[in-house]
Amino acid sequence: MKREKYKSLRTISQDDPVVAGGPLCAGCGGQLSLRLFHKALGENVIFVNAASCSTLLATYPFTPLNSSWIYTAMACAPAGAQGVRDALDILKSKGKLPPGQDRKVVVLTGDGAAQDIGLQSTMAAIHRGLDFYYLCYDNESYGNTGFQTSASTPYGSRTSTAPITPSSPHGSLHERRDLFEIWRVQKPPYLATISATYPLDLSEKVYRAAKFTGPKLFIALSPCPPGWEIDPEWSIEIARLAVETGIWPLKEAIHGAVTHTYVPRKFAPVENYLKRQGRFRHLFEPKRDEEVIAHIQKTVDDYWKAALSDQGETHGGDFRAAALQPALGVSPAKTPSPRSSEIKGENHS
Amino acid sequence: MSRAMLTGNAAAAWGARLAGADYIPAFPITPQTEIVETLARWCQTGEMAARLVMMDSEHSMLTAAAGAAATGVRVFTATSSQGLLYGFEMLYAIAGLRLPLVLVNVSRALAHPITLEPDHNDVLAARDSGFLQFHCETSQEVLDSILLAYRIAEHQEVLLPAIVNLDGFYLSFTREAVDIPELKEAKEFLPGFAPAYPALSGIESVALGATVLDSSLYSYFKHQMHHATEHALAIYPDIADDFAARFGRRYSALEEFMLDDADYVIIMTNSFASMGKGEIKRLRSIGKKVGLARLRMVRPFPHDDLQRVLRGRKGVAVVDQNISVGKGGILFSEIAATLYSLSDRPPVLLSFIGGLGGRRFRPGEFDGILEKMENPGETSAEMARPHLLFTTAECREVGRFFAIAEKEP
Repeated sequence: MKREKYKSLRTISQDDPVVAGGPLCAGCGGQLSLRLFHKALGENVIFVNAASCSTLLATYPFTPLNSSWIYTAMACAPAGAQGVRDALDILKSKGKLPPGQDRKVVVLTGDGAAQDIGLQSTMAAIHRGLDFYYLCYDNESYGNTGFQTSASTPYGSRTSTAPITPSSPHGSLHERRDLFEIWRVQKPPYLATISATYPLDLSEKVYRAAKFTGPKLFIALSPCPPGWEIDPEWSIEIARLAVETGIWPLKEAIHGAVTHTYVPRKFAPVENYLKRQGRFRHLFEPKRDEEVIAHIQKTVDDYWKAALSDQGETHGGDFRAAALQPALGVSPAKTPSPRSSEIKGENHS
Repeated sequence: MSRAMLTGNAAAAWGARLAGADYIPAFPITPQTEIVETLARWCQTGEMAARLVMMDSEHSMLTAAAGAAATGVRVFTATSSQGLLYGFEMLYAIAGLRLPLVLVNVSRALAHPITLEPDHNDVLAARDSGFLQFHCETSQEVLDSILLAYRIAEHQEVLLPAIVNLDGFYLSFTREAVDIPELKEAKEFLPGFAPAYPALSGIESVALGATVLDSSLYSYFKHQMHHATEHALAIYPDIADDFAARFGRRYSALEEFMLDDADYVIIMTNSFASMGKGEIKRLRSIGKKVGLARLRMVRPFPHDDLQRVLRGRKGVAVVDQNISVGKGGILFSEIAATLYSLSDRPPVLLSFIGGLGGRRFRPGEFDGILEKMENPGETSAEMARPHLLFTTAECREVGRFFAIAEKEP
């Protein structure tokens, strides 16, 4: 992706729209994503919050946000955004909203709501072409309630509902559900994955999205220190490893056409990412769970093999330009080779 | 003013139109659908300057309603039965956010077994949510109650949402002559909406629906909602007077029908009260001193009116068109509690369950209710329990269904 606006970190605003002292956990990847996202969005924002960790952003009588915010419930923040957007338009048409006072309407949600209970209202908002932003901070679990399995939970992760026991030693054996692809089916104007560790990529995507009217959807992989069992100060680094191993591809889709916006020069092995996190500890201790590690590696390899060999015929013309240009130093052939086959085991559930 | 034959549903749509609703999130459900179809047509033709959006569920519909109301526009929506329950979580959210929108509920009995005709388990499930509730008998009353409901709900000292209830089929699809006020007259009674407190669209930033982790704070906000309903009760007579002065129709919280010298009172709600009134007239014609009180305002509960109307009577029978399974009639319990502190409370207070799933009253049932009041012949333990209205003929009919069901392979 050729960046138009965000070419150096100096371009990112120094003003913090999410002030310090909020109630979220130290090292919260969701909060990091939200801050950068909000900086890129600028002022005049109304957040519509789904039940998630971010429900606690505003805890009476405090709010860390300079913007307006409304809490709805778990299943329905996109529907709330519909009401807010429509009401703004109604006020505008009646001359009751001064020109400088229009707002960007932003749904803020976790992956539990985005993937499961709130999927219907999200798909409906996309279908209606609602002009809004949607930020899903994806901590791959129901984080606020204590790290239960969600549809985003990756293969092999321990969660509090997929505990490691003698009869199910592998953790959750559901494949992570691909929310990006689910949304892409409806060809929204703008759709992207982001990571707070790549702030220029993140900010540029918000800038690019702003040119479109309609649904502008973002999924931010967001390390959760208590759930992932990582030191809070590792959040940035773990998120980097997610991208550099290829586990979290940074990409966008404009009206459904996919472009990878960053492709690692050399993919690190997934275990570099896995072994730093307590939720995957059982894959390495007391002995290595080769099958599960290999399965995770193969899934990543297969993804990138398809993505990099797909010359953009089906995923849009930008793919080759973005991912395969020699100038970017991409070596598609150097991705690690597929490992052993799927493991056969009891599912945790 | 014009006069037209309107179904209860059409009258509801007219109510929303004359109230100048800006925004209508919608979702279809029988028997409510005619309301949103009518409004959708008017929005398209420009007869109504509102925006209607078809949502993906009643839960989303009520959330969109909340979002729009919180942004500062007048919101109307409608549902029924399963839909009300599907969106139930958001009823508490709307009320807790103190958003004064109006929701029409077209009563329909709840599944399972699934059915279409009315009873009030749907709307009464919402009785504790903080929504004001107006239960209507006629199409005219539906239209008028929507205007009244907005006026009360939006009052600075109330700021609570309101449900206007009408019975599915019996009223939703019954055409009655309705006086339709001119838009100008309606606007004089109900001026355009201006939020009482900063909305999401305002200049200053607000955080709405913030978490409250202190139990005293939580209690405080809930008490505030309750006090707001007390204000609603206090301001209601003046608003009803204003309405009557403009439109010539007066709606009290508790309608009194042939009560002047009545020894015995039957209490009913909604459209089935029309059947009750017919029976009261018949019983009067044979010399019985019986009248009917129709509970129009269910939330806030009109304690004072009920005490005033019922004290000193010989007997009261509450006909509940609902059943709190394991207890009995919901309104019976509430009325009993209201009367308890009166020294001259009626010595006989009986509970009857009728009209479930739209069941019609059978000939002689009102005579039976009156006889029970005149000669209860029951122990106090028996009097605390509900009488479930059901006839021998119905028993035989049910038996026929069973016989057929058993024969089927």
